[in-house]
Amino acid sequence: MKSKHLMTVVASAIVAGSLPNAAAAEDLTLCWAAWDPANALVELSKDFETKSGHSVSFEFVPWTSFADRMLNELNSAGQLCDLMIGDSQWIGGGAENGHYVKLNDFFDANGIDMGDFIPATVTGYAEWPKNTPNYYALPAFGDVVGWTYRKDWFERPEIREAFKAKYGRELGEPATLEELKDIAQFFQGRDIDGTTVYGAAIYTERGSEGITMGVTNALYNYGFQYENPDKPYDLDGFVNSKGAAEGLEFYKELYDTATPPGSSNWYMSENIDAYKSGQVALQMNFAFIWPGVEADPNVGGGKSGYFPNPAGPAGQFAQLGGQGISVVAYSEKQEAALEYIKWFAQPEIQARWWELGGYSALREVVEDPGFADSQPYAQTFLDSMAIVKDFWAEPAYADLLLSMQERIHNYVVAGQGTAQEALDGLVEDWTEVFEDEGKL
Amino acid sequence: MKNIPIEKIAAATPETVAQRIRGLSDRSIAWIFVAPTIFLLLAINIFPLIWTIWLSFTNSRVNRPNRDVEWVGLRNYERILSDSDIWNTMQATAHFLIWTIVLQVLIGFFLAFLINKKFRGNDLWTTIIVFPMMLSPAVVGNFWTFLYQPQIGLFNYVIAFFTGVDPASFSMIGDVNLAPWAIVIADTWMWTPFVMLICLAGLRSIPNSIYEAAECDRASKWRQFWTITIPMVLPFLMLAVLFRGIENFKMFDLVVQLTGGGPGNTTTLTSIDLKREAFEKWRTGYSSAYAVILFVTVFGLASIYVKALNKVKER
Amino acid sequence: MSFSITEPKKGTKWFAGVLVVGYALITIAPLLWIIATGFKSPTDSISYPPKVIFDPSLEGYVNLFTDRTRATDDMLEAKGEPQTWYEQIARDQGTIISGPSRYGERFLNSIIIGFGSTALCMVLGTAAAYAFSRFRVPLKDDLLFFILSTRMMPPIAVAIPIFLMFRNLGLNDTHLGMILLYTAVNLSLSVWLLKGFIDEIPVEYEEAALIDGYTRFQAFYKVVLPQAATGIASTAIFCLIFAWNEYAFAVLLTSGTAQTAPPFIPTIIGVGGKDWPAVAAGATIFLVPVMVFTILLRKHLLRGITFGAVRK
Repeated sequence: MKSKHLMTVVASAIVAGSLPNAAAAEDLTLCWAAWDPANALVELSKDFETKSGHSVSFEFVPWTSFADRMLNELNSAGQLCDLMIGDSQWIGGGAENGHYVKLNDFFDANGIDMGDFIPATVTGYAEWPKNTPNYYALPAFGDVVGWTYRKDWFERPEIREAFKAKYGRELGEPATLEELKDIAQFFQGRDIDGTTVYGAAIYTERGSEGITMGVTNALYNYGFQYENPDKPYDLDGFVNSKGAAEGLEFYKELYDTATPPGSSNWYMSENIDAYKSGQVALQMNFAFIWPGVEADPNVGGGKSGYFPNPAGPAGQFAQLGGQGISVVAYSEKQEAALEYIKWFAQPEIQARWWELGGYSALREVVEDPGFADSQPYAQTFLDSMAIVKDFWAEPAYADLLLSMQERIHNYVVAGQGTAQEALDGLVEDWTEVFEDEGKL
Repeated sequence: MKNIPIEKIAAATPETVAQRIRGLSDRSIAWIFVAPTIFLLLAINIFPLIWTIWLSFTNSRVNRPNRDVEWVGLRNYERILSDSDIWNTMQATAHFLIWTIVLQVLIGFFLAFLINKKFRGNDLWTTIIVFPMMLSPAVVGNFWTFLYQPQIGLFNYVIAFFTGVDPASFSMIGDVNLAPWAIVIADTWMWTPFVMLICLAGLRSIPNSIYEAAECDRASKWRQFWTITIPMVLPFLMLAVLFRGIENFKMFDLVVQLTGGGPGNTTTLTSIDLKREAFEKWRTGYSSAYAVILFVTVFGLASIYVKALNKVKER
Repeated sequence: MSFSITEPKKGTKWFAGVLVVGYALITIAPLLWIIATGFKSPTDSISYPPKVIFDPSLEGYVNLFTDRTRATDDMLEAKGEPQTWYEQIARDQGTIISGPSRYGERFLNSIIIGFGSTALCMVLGTAAAYAFSRFRVPLKDDLLFFILSTRMMPPIAVAIPIFLMFRNLGLNDTHLGMILLYTAVNLSLSVWLLKGFIDEIPVEYEEAALIDGYTRFQAFYKVVLPQAATGIASTAIFCLIFAWNEYAFAVLLTSGTAQTAPPFIPTIIGVGGKDWPAVAAGATIFLVPVMVFTILLRKHLLRGITFGAVRK
């Protein structure tokens, strides 16, 4: 078996070698976060290995140390990764510091058109500077924060009645964040089948990016803006506007009144644990978890429903997640790496990607008439992708993120100061970073 | 190896080399033996230390290799010493340090005292008690977060079982008031055996004849405890405190896995803060100054303490 | 043991025994919980409220050693019936095995770096300790204190320049770099301990050997080394345990190639969330050697952990 496999590899290598202009078989290393979609990508890539003769190794790092380690790798011009599925916010640094290879010529030469991808993912994952046709990545995995809820609990008559008695409306998917808070508070401490359950699992993690990826879902919808739309890097009055402070207060109230005890340092996997073990009625999480929820013996198979982040007074937005795939400039195997991207961009591979649980960003896949019904969460994914907003993607994004993590966590979880003070402090920190960068 | 006659080796060795080795003076052998150790320590301990001191006077940021490194004099030190956040970290460290030492000394000494009663099977139980301190603090810390989870962990349910409190009514690592205690409990669990072992050695070093003499003088057990046991064990206890103090001042792995420094900054010990400044914010110059301040503190406190320890020993 | 007035009464012994056993049981509970979690199914491991009684399962161990992908129907069909028991376990979770996991590699790294640094440390440490014990080394006391004081530095504090130095020398994330680093960190303990052990060997043996025509070198390895063997062995185990458990340097200086198990274990991720049984299984396998050493080491424990300051 093994030797046969080896023979095929050797054979395809010989074939590849005999073709004009074909590169020798390389061992590519692809770096990404350690999570469900990465497992699926391993499976998907087997097709590339057979077709190209190259082999692909994977370096997956857990989310909580992903940015730290990979940015360190890029900053020290490391050659560990040939392909990097880097987080959306790294694109600025990747482009400006020359970590990523610019892909425009390659796209043109191979007929890859960015117009074929969901526009938000192109802006979010591939472009730098934003909204200019300079591409440093191919959208690889579309992701966005959304909500998962216990449909089976929502459908119980006694619960519906109790909810109606209290709030005067039917229990259902919330249309606004206020309604979401009501629902979460309603479930908080409620007895269901003999156990006490809680409202919502939300992001509160301090160490990497957790609480920022959570709180922005409230901030955006209450009027927070990263900068003056007319004057770049003008923060005062936008980051710390009155609406932004209200949004932050909303998130703190949600944390204080409607989350499980001890959820002070939670991010993706803790929220999943809480939801799957039946502790909470709602969870905030990135869309990547939905295939896993559907497959779960406790909460899957129709027991769960999904909805996009509800609207607030200032509009409806959701935090963008997801990544583009880039070729690392320090790699010595760029040819083979580009081959991988070319292979990955093919519509049939993208369709297969979606089947395996990877969120394809290719329009041909998501605009297929059958797409919305292909999975219970497919429509929610599409709706959510239409309202995305992302964190800073500046080269200094890591510094910007660190201060946001600290300011927000200290206010929401540790209860230090007021929302306005937290955001005023954030303006100070960010201004300092931009001054340091010479952008102000 | 042992069975090969030295003559054979000698025969196989080229004459000049053999002569050289044979003819080595004690003095040169001493140097040959000590030099590699000193070299390695210089290269990996002392050289980095000097480098740290140099960096601490600059504005270096190693994640920006293209930026010029400027000499900034004492500015980093001024910024650190006037930064209120750092004093909070120091407070968290002091709380952790003091309480872990107090609890470990009390429980450790008491356990050693009981084990010294030489009941049957005390050897086996001592070994079991010692297990936690031999484990990897990072792996253990990671698991304690799991144990502390109010809904799915064991800790709250055990407390609830013994006290009748609702397990969901408190959260050890989520509550700003409880989290500093959560790390104290985990560290005490892990390191009490260490203090216990040292106390046990102390107790066993007291000759029986002293107690026998005291019995003859009709001194009460209570009096014997305070006039014989405690003074004789004190040097050992102080040694245990020194080792725990140094170790816990450096504490990183257990706590970073357990709470990550949160909630807020309530369990951000100096090492965790230093790691953030150095390896997340990449403020190399600033964090080097921070590191130097920590050195000076540890060395200062330790040497004062060692002086006191020596005085106690002399008595 | 003959009767003496200082021998505790039977009642006291009982009382002491009960308290100590009680403490031992409490202290061992978290460990048992880790081991038990390794044998739970992922669902049981995060059950709310926690389950003390559960159906044992090997999923944790299978998940620890494999990477899996959630399978679609056509994939299952294409694969056919599972060939082995572990494939069956993966299949029962709705996944198929896509390859071995990184755990084996990380464990191997721990072994290479742990044993490599211990061996190097013993060679250097024994030589230095012998010299300090037998010869008049200039500035001996200062050097000895210097060696000890290197242990007082917080690892994070020296990690910055070590990181820079390793980066320049190309030692970042290499086995050699970690071996040298752990050797340096362990040398202080080793030299102190070994000096204590060698001090106890009477000088007369060597002198006799020297008179018999041995050189210093021969006297060292034919007379001193065999006598110090027990001491060296127990010192070695302490160095090994330190290198085995070390986290701060490992997490900062290693990543893809030379990462050891401690930074890796907490980050084991399964399909659809954190895989606690696999984490627990990884921890259990990792803890076993240390527990075995603890039992072997009982007698030397004290000396090792106190830098030889306390002897039993």
